[in-house]
Amino acid sequence: MSTSDLTGELICALAGDPGHLRRLHDRLAAAAQADGILDIAYQTVDSPVGPLLLAATDLGLVRVAYASEDHDKVLQVLADRISPRILRAPGRLDATARELEEYFTGRRHSFDVPLDWRLAAGFRSTVLHHLPEIRYGQTATYAAVAQLAGNPQAVRAVGTACATNPLPVIVPCHRVVRSDGGLGGYLGGVDAKRTLLTLEAAA
Amino acid sequence: MEGKQPFDTVVATHSATVLRVCRAVLGPVDADDAWSETFLSAMKAYPDLPADANVQAWLVTIAHRKAIDITRAAARRAIPVAAPPDTPTAATADSRDLDLASALTGLPGKQKQAVAYHYLAGLPYADIAAILGGRTDAVRRAAADGIAALRRSHPDAATRRAELR
Repeated sequence: MSTSDLTGELICALAGDPGHLRRLHDRLAAAAQADGILDIAYQTVDSPVGPLLLAATDLGLVRVAYASEDHDKVLQVLADRISPRILRAPGRLDATARELEEYFTGRRHSFDVPLDWRLAAGFRSTVLHHLPEIRYGQTATYAAVAQLAGNPQAVRAVGTACATNPLPVIVPCHRVVRSDGGLGGYLGGVDAKRTLLTLEAAA
Repeated sequence: MEGKQPFDTVVATHSATVLRVCRAVLGPVDADDAWSETFLSAMKAYPDLPADANVQAWLVTIAHRKAIDITRAAARRAIPVAAPPDTPTAATADSRDLDLASALTGLPGKQKQAVAYHYLAGLPYADIAAILGGRTDAVRRAAADGIAALRRSHPDAATRRAELR
């Protein structure tokens, strides 16, 4: 018998089945949380606008990402900008997932989960902080939001702030539209923007 | 700037190998604790790991130390306990797999470590010598002795594999 046959058998004999490895992973996430080293917890939820990546620090929700943004890339950016100590750990995102589910079924009009704004800075951050003032079911133009944010000239900057919103859906940049009645762009794609506005108009 | 992978990717990539190594060195019962302690302590230190480090060798080094801790703690407790009736491997492995796994765990320390770290984790003998503290040729010999012992206790593996095909 060759050594590679024998080691092949050893590799099979010592293998953990997928369920076992999953339980070990969950146990690691719980221990990391308890030890205060789980810098970023994430999970993915299904929604009418496709799978959404949710990521939270111990301060709050730090990132919501559409599939079109490439979830692996988004996690890599979080690792580079915040910390590489990232694990899939649904527990920290339970409240967010529940509120999103209520939102997508028309039962929730605003979000209460704590937010970690660290990925938005400067005027962009100011713009994003004002967006929740646009009420559920309403829209506002880029120009109106520029005024709301205290700089009526900064219409383009409002567009940039919306396009780089780290917390889409939760921070409602989808409610910002063009003054000529057009929907304008959306970081999750125009179809997703239309879906959200239609959902809100129906409720 | 592209830095380290998210730790979740490290776990996904190396989880199965580290579990095999822990099972080989400690047996199925203590392996889960060794796995957990290895990844928890790796996650603590991860931000300080040099970007060009060999992650698998680093994890095996940590697992090696955790296994020693667990073995020492068990020796201190020194209360003989019966093996639990349903060990983690029992659900998926047949009795021959269990035999082979326990034959490996039953080898003398250096032999099973050399076999596990070289054949299961793919580390070069020089890296293993650094982990175990010793000479490379001594590690190579220990691995060869270990494989020879396993082959003696399980002579029919190749025949049986051929039958299964």
